[in-house]
Amino acid sequence: MKAIIIGCGRTGSSVARHLHDAAWEVVVVDEDEEALSNLGARWPGRFIVGHGLDIDVLVESGAESADAVVVSTDGDNTNIVIGLIAQRRFHVERVVVRVLDPARAAFFAERGLHTVCPTSIAIGALTEAALVSETVSTEGASI
Amino acid sequence: MYVLIAGGGKVGANVTRSLLRQNHEVTIIEQRSERFHVLEEEFDYRVQRGDATELHVLERAGIGRPPDLVLAVTGDDEDNIVICEIAQKRYLAPKVIARVNDPRNQTHFDLLGVAPTVCATSSIMALIEHEVPESDIIRLLQLRDDELEIVEVPIGADSPSSGKRIEQLKMPDGTRVISVAREGRSEIATGSTKLAPGDRVLAILQPGCEAELRRVLLKH
Repeated sequence: MKAIIIGCGRTGSSVARHLHDAAWEVVVVDEDEEALSNLGARWPGRFIVGHGLDIDVLVESGAESADAVVVSTDGDNTNIVIGLIAQRRFHVERVVVRVLDPARAAFFAERGLHTVCPTSIAIGALTEAALVSETVSTEGASI
Repeated sequence: MYVLIAGGGKVGANVTRSLLRQNHEVTIIEQRSERFHVLEEEFDYRVQRGDATELHVLERAGIGRPPDLVLAVTGDDEDNIVICEIAQKRYLAPKVIARVNDPRNQTHFDLLGVAPTVCATSSIMALIEHEVPESDIIRLLQLRDDELEIVEVPIGADSPSSGKRIEQLKMPDGTRVISVAREGRSEIATGSTKLAPGDRVLAILQPGCEAELRRVLLKH
């Protein structure tokens, strides 16, 4: 299976590593060549320096035959547009896009883009954690 | 009409000023604090501060009405695409106009159906082509009021259009072949007219379409 990871920050680089460990062929794209260091000492996969909106870069990274594209640059709108291009121009089946703004993540999800919103996930987890501790303390009090 | 403008740079500010002078209602959104204050001095309550790609900022600026026209003229192409997508698909704005900053991104706007677009670089390039044409296309007549011109194009042996019927050519939008002159005789062109080396093609086109016309008729 072939994946392209666009944006090699904390998130993108870790996703790249995990997919590589799962025996995927992984190509990583980032504008900044120093982002390569986020992949650890010896990254065995390909690393392309370029912008994810650049059609030539997408072609070079193998977008035409990729099974999955994960977009995780630091710009929500950049991620959304790259995701839409991967879907509509390169017809990649599995496109996943990181969007920090919950409202935009929800809107583009309705429009058929698979968005992952770290903010919503954090809100859910934090709220749940708070509610659980409340239950625990209430239970504690009733004993 | 009510116009919502995303991006208060030079373009956004000048368009706002012009529309207000024509008595239109305008709201302009600007994110940068310093720029916002400059705009507020001039446009007062008509300026909203915030990121125009955030739904609550757009809603505060009245996107829900919806506006008759949304202009996405920020300096960031991805932002402009996202603003237009949201305006059209979520708030059903009837018309959008988007600015393309980097002409290489034009293809993305087209793919995602964001239209019409305005790209300063492309416009200047088209004008350069228009003002300093390569000598292979001869300008015969400029119909200034109609913004059309008539040109003559000599077909060579190595032209890609040579040997093809006009209906086989993918004539660019904004261009039409009028007639073909061959051995001192001219014929009105039809779809089945076949071009041959030595032909002189008369074409009518909108200014700025020379490059496309040249590509189809003359160059590989």
